[in-house]
Order: sequence, then C-alpha cells, then structure tokens
Amino acid sequence: MPNVDLSTTPLRDLNAALHALAADTNETHWVVENPAGRHAIAVGVDVPVQIEINGHVGYYCAGMNDAASIVVNGNAGVGLAENMMSGMVHVKGDASQAAGATGHGGLLVIDGNASARCGISMKGINIVVKGSIGHMSAFMAQAGALVVLGDAGDALGDSIYEARLYVRGTVKSLGADCIEKPLREEHVEELKSLLAAAGVEDVAPDEFRRYGSARKLYNFHVDNVDAY
Amino acid sequence: MCGIVGLFLKKDDKDNRLGAMLAEMLAVMSDRGPDSAGFAVYGAGDTARHKLTLRGPEGADWTALARGLEEKDLGPVDVVVRDTHAVLTVPAASVAAIRAALPALAPDVAVVGEGERMELYKEVGLPAEISARFGLADMRGTHGIGHTRMATESAVTTNGAHPFTTGLDQCLVHNGSLSNHNLLRRKLKREGIAIETENDSEVAAAYLTWRMREGDNLGEALEHALIDLDGFFTFVVGTESGFGVVRDPIACKPAVMAETEDYVAFASEYRALVGLPDIEKAHIFEPEPARVYFWERQ
Repeated sequence: MPNVDLSTTPLRDLNAALHALAADTNETHWVVENPAGRHAIAVGVDVPVQIEINGHVGYYCAGMNDAASIVVNGNAGVGLAENMMSGMVHVKGDASQAAGATGHGGLLVIDGNASARCGISMKGINIVVKGSIGHMSAFMAQAGALVVLGDAGDALGDSIYEARLYVRGTVKSLGADCIEKPLREEHVEELKSLLAAAGVEDVAPDEFRRYGSARKLYNFHVDNVDAY
Repeated sequence: MCGIVGLFLKKDDKDNRLGAMLAEMLAVMSDRGPDSAGFAVYGAGDTARHKLTLRGPEGADWTALARGLEEKDLGPVDVVVRDTHAVLTVPAASVAAIRAALPALAPDVAVVGEGERMELYKEVGLPAEISARFGLADMRGTHGIGHTRMATESAVTTNGAHPFTTGLDQCLVHNGSLSNHNLLRRKLKREGIAIETENDSEVAAAYLTWRMREGDNLGEALEHALIDLDGFFTFVVGTESGFGVVRDPIACKPAVMAETEDYVAFASEYRALVGLPDIEKAHIFEPEPARVYFWERQ
C-alpha cells in the first residue's frame, strides 16, 4: 500500500506515479498525507485504484478522474472532480466552486456543502451533496443527476438543457428555462439508487422535488424562425 | 489574479506572532501575485498621537525631516525607519499641518497611510522579499491585512500596490478587477476625493472613503459598494478595531476563511492558511457572495 507524504514527496512525483499505473496493477490502495491545500492532487488517474487523501486539498483535485475511487478526508478547493469520466470521488468536508464541472460520468459525493456553480455544464455525472449548494449550480447542465439534501442558491439550473436536479430543501430561485417537474416513479428509483450509493440511509426519495428544463430556450420554435 | 490575506487575533497577547503569521501567509500567495506586495499592521496606538507611514527615495534623511517638522512646532516626532518607509508618530493635532508642510520639506516623500494604530507598507517585488525588507515577521499587533499583486488594470508601480488607504486607520486590499472604475473615478474626483493613480482598486478604496464621508459606517459603505461597483471583487478591509470581507454577487474571485478560538484568518487559497496554529481544528468556510462579514475587537 503506497503511502505518499506530500510534505516530503513532490506532487508531480505522486501524479506521475499514479499515471504510470497499469490497469491490472497490484498497488490498488494509495494513501496521501499532508496535502496542505495543494492544487491538482490525483488528477487524471485512469485505473481502478483507491486513493485516500488525508487533509484539505486545493484546486482541481481528482480532475478528469476515470475509474479511480478517490476519498478526501477534508475540504476541497475550486474545480473538484472537474470533467470526471467515471469512478467515484467522495469529499468528507465542504467543496468550493464548480464541483463536478463538465463531468461526463461517475459519482461525486460531497458530505458537506458545495458553493457556487456546482455541476456547471454537467454532461452525465451524478452528484450527491449532503449539505447545500451555492448560486448558478447546474448552469447549462446537459445530462446526469444532481441530488441536494439541503438548499440550493440563486439561479438553479440556469439555461439547462437536460439533467435532473433533485433538491430536498428550498431553492432560492430557478434560473432561465428551469422549472419544477413531477417526481415520477423512475425518478424515485434513481434517487433511491443514488442515495444508497452515497451512503444516505435516513432520507426518503419523496422528500425531494425535481427540477429540469422547460425546453423552451434551446429547442427550435417555429415562432422564432424570423430570428435565424 | 492577485492574492489577499487577512488575520485577526481574538485575544490580547503582547508577544503575539501576528507579523510572522502574516508574513508566511503572504509568501505562500506569491504564486498569485509576484509583481508587488503590501500589508497593513495594527499595532499599539495612542489617540493623541497618529502614525504617519511615509515612503521616500533610497537614502532619505528621515531624522532631518523629523527635526524640520519639530522646528515648525509640529512635534514631538518619533521616527521608525523600515527600508523605504518611515513611520512618524506625531501629535494628532499637527497632522493636517504636517501634511501641508511635507511637499516643501520633502518633495520626494509620499504619505502611504495614517492611523492611531495602522502602519502600511508596500513595494514592488516578490512578497517574501518585501516582507523581509520591512521586517514584517517581527511586527506585533492585533490584526493585519496583506496583498500580493498580479497587475491587470494598471502598471506595476509602488503606487499601484495594495493596500490602499481609505481613511484614518482604514485600508483595503482587492482581488479582482473593476469595470466601471473610470466612470467612478471621475465622479469621486468631482466629489473632491483625492485619487492618485489609474488603478481600479484605488477607486474602490476612494469609493469607501467617500461613502463614509457621506455618513455611512464601514458596513453600510460595503453594502453600497455591492450596488455601485461593477466587476469582480473580493475585498478585505482593515479598520482600527477589526477587519471585514465582502465578495461580489457572482463570487468569481476565491476566498476561504478559518476561525478558531484564537483567530480569524482570510486567504485567497487554503494553502496560505496551512501554517497557522491549530489549523487542523479550525472551522474552515467560504464566505458567501454579496454578504458583508465583519470581525471586531470588543
């Protein structure tokens, strides 16, 4: 079990070692100590290994993650799990802005709060935030699901294409073309499975309200033909 | 880009390490602003005597200047020289006359700041070098703010370095860029507010000075800033008794805070807080957009 202390090992060495791993590596459990808010820790990992980071991380932690399972025992800075492809990223504390931005797949779990622009331009990633999220979250979201156990800030889902937004608490305001939609059976099933995957046991799917696209902003409408 | 830091100690401790803690925070923020740096420290003070922080050319004869002021019956003047800056402690009642006398007595000397407790230092260069030149690590005080600059809106000069003073014992550091600073500068000049540079952050400082002249307290001035300033900003402001934080409603510019029983600390990035005592037990949070935060000594 490799144990990397970033107070003595350069961050580039850690990331290079992670990038050099083969898909069938036996070094499947990594522990990273003393991250001290450094940026770009465990970015671009593309093998199914577990990485545990003990402490607060800076910007872009676990960015572009593909297949790895990364746990942060602390808070995360801007751009957590940005453009994640697959795998899982779990932050035990809070996350700063743009968590899960542009993510294509995988599961991002944040035990605390996420600030502004959580899930901005999400493209298939699933995000579960156990606390609240900031303003402009799921801006221009295209696919995937965002589950929020707390509240959402201003302009949730502004200019949203598709993607399903589930909020248990209050929504300060909805963005352009984002509306509340009925919570149908398939959504209850999706919530059940995402809550279970995130380790949430005491919350029922029917406590959530669903928000999504009114599809008036991005769909062609014949009345607008003169505008083209 | 720019990096900003702030530190506010909750408990009185004459042997505190405020300067050393602030110096370490500033040095970490070099990556965000290697062009120039500056800081304000709130140390011991006296209501009857003001500290005038002055900046002069290399080899300036500060003792002669102090003697010159005393000969005009504006003293007593105590001088502490730190690199290019000197802090003159003078009778509060003489400050206006001293400011009027300075251009003739010492034409190359500029007033950087004035306060009962505030001392303000800034220079062009790497933050760690600037802290060392001014001896920040040995300074004591209750609170302080600092800035590392990556210039975007105006030239890399000492006058363009932060903090900018906004009045007696008041100063401001800014991360971001204002888009309506030319318009505001013209308006503030018409209101009689002195603005020396083309720098956008100086306009923000001048704006707060103007609001407070019109009767706002600092909190109200910051609320008005949220309405009238257009652009990106995270501000940290220092006052005689505390420090405040405000971010624009979009919150483009980063901010993270740490609070323990002993201190409140602000930084652009968490990295700058790593060296603070008991940081692993601190409450770490991100200040919300468009909300004015303030910590004051009781």
